[in-house]
Amino acid sequence: MLYAILCYNSEDVVGDWSPAEDAAVMARLGSVEAGLAAVHRLGAVARLLPTTAAVTLRKARDHLVIDGPFAETKEQLLGFYVVDCGDLDAAIAVAHDLAVANPDRGAYEIRPLAVYRPGGLGEARPRRAVSTRG
Amino acid sequence: MTIANIDAAWIDAALTAARPQAVAALLRYFRDLDTAEEAFQDACLRALKAWPKNGPPRDPTAWLILVGRNAALDGVRKSSKSAPLPAEELISDLEDAEAALVDRLDGEHYRDDVLRLLFICCHPDLPATQQVAVALRIVSGLSVRQIARAFLVGESAMEQRITRAKARIGAADVPFGAPGLEEREQRLSTVAAMVYLVFNEGYSAGGKELLTRGSLCGEAIRLARLLLRLFPGEPEVMGLTALLLLQHARAPARFDADGAVVLLEEQDRSLWNGRMIAEGLALIDKAVRHRRPGPYLVQAAIAAEHDRAERAEDTNWARIDLLYGDLEQLAPSPVVTLNRAVAVSKVAGPEAALEMIEPLASKLSGYFHFFGLRGGLLFQLGRRDEAKVAFDLAIALANTAAEAAHIRLHLDRLLKESAG
Repeated sequence: MLYAILCYNSEDVVGDWSPAEDAAVMARLGSVEAGLAAVHRLGAVARLLPTTAAVTLRKARDHLVIDGPFAETKEQLLGFYVVDCGDLDAAIAVAHDLAVANPDRGAYEIRPLAVYRPGGLGEARPRRAVSTRG
Repeated sequence: MTIANIDAAWIDAALTAARPQAVAALLRYFRDLDTAEEAFQDACLRALKAWPKNGPPRDPTAWLILVGRNAALDGVRKSSKSAPLPAEELISDLEDAEAALVDRLDGEHYRDDVLRLLFICCHPDLPATQQVAVALRIVSGLSVRQIARAFLVGESAMEQRITRAKARIGAADVPFGAPGLEEREQRLSTVAAMVYLVFNEGYSAGGKELLTRGSLCGEAIRLARLLLRLFPGEPEVMGLTALLLLQHARAPARFDADGAVVLLEEQDRSLWNGRMIAEGLALIDKAVRHRRPGPYLVQAAIAAEHDRAERAEDTNWARIDLLYGDLEQLAPSPVVTLNRAVAVSKVAGPEAALEMIEPLASKLSGYFHFFGLRGGLLFQLGRRDEAKVAFDLAIALANTAAEAAHIRLHLDRLLKESAG
């Protein structure tokens, strides 16, 4: 099974870290990542830019693009893409295509990445033994 | 988050982050700056006790507002035993139910509260540096000591300045109603200018001052981000934030180990902060979509041209010249023309640039950068004696040790080449 682990924290607090603190946290996380990468169990790793850098395309309202992150609580995060685009307009064009392909409600938040490492998953991924006996 | 890892640093950062919104909301309740500040202070002390025990609240800002308000109301009630009952009009929202409070802390309220708090710091009677000092004290919550160090004055002198400034603000008619659309725009542009002032106080620091003053750049970026979160659709707020990020990204390369200025073209670009640059560029992209460029956005675009160039010689000066042309239209000033002349000197040569700045001589006769650039252009044209006169004038007009040192670099070069 592949799992996505989504990182939540206060961006005010994290944004306040000094470069040294930031580097120290990243180094500690990096050693966890390195352990997983060594056995080919680490997929893509990304760090997002702050929410203030985001725009959101709303499917329902003629693909209206609004500034800022997706802030509704009625909908849940169901998936994500990482796309390589020359600029924001190109990324919005991709989101527009996605919205045409899947027009039923919801939104696409478009947030630039600060850090991206593609990672590499091994062929022989550990599979969970299915058991109903606990 | 588990209780065990709520450390003092986390709480400190959370309190700092919550401060502008919390003080702003408390100001709306009490309509008195000192009461609002004391209430917030009180709430912070309670947070330091309660949060490590109970874990942090889901919404620290709402918690601080609620607790701060109750604490201040308690204070008012207690003092009422020995004094006449407090003026009811001091307390504007007694009827607020606690549950309703959280609902009311929606974007609209935060937005106008914080904007009001920032706006009152920009009182037109206050000189620019005092506006900055007051904003740093009230909005950012820096201690008087920190601000005094940032402005290179004694603590008691700064204390007096801030007290006097706050008295002025207190005596002024603070507009508590929700601002209309036009008024909100005006307040926003006044506040944006003040945030840029805070940044420049930090940015103009050099060398040894950098330790104390450099933090002002970080405070300004924090304020700009706050404005951006409150006004996510304002292209000029995006532009301002981008401008600050793109300039501050170069901070690690702007001074050498001895604290001397390193010119832009000589900076080690690998030291520039790539993440800040990426964020600044992303904000420019967002702002450009609105198709009504303002002065901050154009300045950000100029900073971006520098930041994008991997080597100094890759700088797209023709594009920078065009952008300065736009800026001359949007916000004409001799200083903008002076800056444009730098780009012109790269694109069309020093002669053209010199011609461009000659008409500015009377307006900029007291301006350090005018003589710095003039000296540089004359030097490039081989007019060394005139260059030396200009450089000497520049040094005499330098505002900081860093500026003077910067010109001395040119003078040294001039002397070296004359000798060689």
